Amino acid sequence: MNVTRGFTGRPRVHNPGLPPGQYDAGDDWPVLSAEVTPDLAPADWSFRVDGLVAAPRTWDWDEAHALPESAYEGDIHCVTSWSKFGVRFGGVSLDAFLEAVRPDPAATHAVAYSHTGYTTNLPLADLTGGRAWIAWEYDGKPLAAEHGGPARLLVPHLYFWKSAKWVAGLRLLDHDEPGFWEQNGYHARGNPWEEQRYSGD
Amino acid sequence: MSTPPAGTFVPPSRFAVPGRIAVSNRSAARWQTATLTEIRRETPQAATFRFAVPRWEGHLPGQHLMLRLTAGDGYTAQRHYSIASAPDDEGHIELTLDHVDGGEVSGWFHTRARPGDEVQVRGPLSGFFAWPGDRPALLIGAGSGVVPLMSMVRHHRARGLDVPLRLLVSARGPEELIYAREYGAETTPVFTRSAPRGVPVGRLAGDHLAPLLAGAPAGGWEAYVCGSNGFAEHASRLLVRAGQPVERIRIERFG
Repeated sequence: MNVTRGFTGRPRVHNPGLPPGQYDAGDDWPVLSAEVTPDLAPADWSFRVDGLVAAPRTWDWDEAHALPESAYEGDIHCVTSWSKFGVRFGGVSLDAFLEAVRPDPAATHAVAYSHTGYTTNLPLADLTGGRAWIAWEYDGKPLAAEHGGPARLLVPHLYFWKSAKWVAGLRLLDHDEPGFWEQNGYHARGNPWEEQRYSGD
Repeated sequence: MSTPPAGTFVPPSRFAVPGRIAVSNRSAARWQTATLTEIRRETPQAATFRFAVPRWEGHLPGQHLMLRLTAGDGYTAQRHYSIASAPDDEGHIELTLDHVDGGEVSGWFHTRARPGDEVQVRGPLSGFFAWPGDRPALLIGAGSGVVPLMSMVRHHRARGLDVPLRLLVSARGPEELIYAREYGAETTPVFTRSAPRGVPVGRLAGDHLAPLLAGAPAGGWEAYVCGSNGFAEHASRLLVRAGQPVERIRIERFG
């Protein structure tokens, strides 16, 4: 252990919900997109699922909202080391979209992409079973543009760069294909509890 | 753009990692010891910390690193910081840190750190905001957002590059302008609260950008914006409005 002389850290209580290397951001919600925030109205938003599926499909805003509502209440964790507790997102479970397109049994991974062209890769198993959402509300209000509104992907059990803002689609693949940050040296999966920050962690 | 191999996923827009920049995953994955060798005050709020990192594999201007402090009970705090210094093959790097109110890591640096202290670093990280010096660059920063941009300016000077480079740097007043003594003809400071006699006071505006975009070099600018999220949103909207292509604006924000 490389103890830093004179460093004690801020007073803390052990929080079992805080993954290693993270701190509680409290009420802050830092914005960390690399690109210009797009000016995207709900009427211009759409979400497509294609690739290794039986019935590729695109939903517009109203069609997506006609699916059964599903909320997430819990925590989120950013690789830059902040975590945010007790957040509440509203939207639709990704399972509802995936069921409609009937994934091919050969599909193992997905690339999520944004209306800006941002991409991120995910194992399909991280997107199913009630663990991922298309979210358009935060704390009961429309999701702000700088946080990915009108709609973003939400995969709260992984580092938050996997939760693509301004999500435009999901392509199912039979192999893993690095997305934007992953090509920049970040980890392929990004599990905060295993501190999978960078490639090689 | 080159044609991707068959079967490779192609996103629907051209916003992407700059293909000309290779990222080393090897150095990103390894923690190493950095020894503080020098502290230089920049402004009442900001100071530069110089480190010897003997096994540093080098960086490109604009890259950042992760820094970790460890308490006696094993508690660690880690933060991302932009690298301020130009690439240096002698194994030294510099960081310029604001003293953040209640800041756990910046507080240690500003009140406890002294030469000889050791911290852990890993990096350099991410090629997205990097500038290797090959394309005309329009740099826009505010506050300590100027830090990665200064690495680019220093690189430009150290290598005697003639590729065009311009820096717009916003500060509340002259006393808060980081690296004030180092700026040359490439830099236009923008003062938002107080300015020297004869210099206007006001926020970064379209009027600052219009002449730069009108006089853009052949092939246009790569724009690099760094600052608080509020500043990054403001500056990137101004750039888009002034005609800078959205896929040639790279943003580094801090909360």
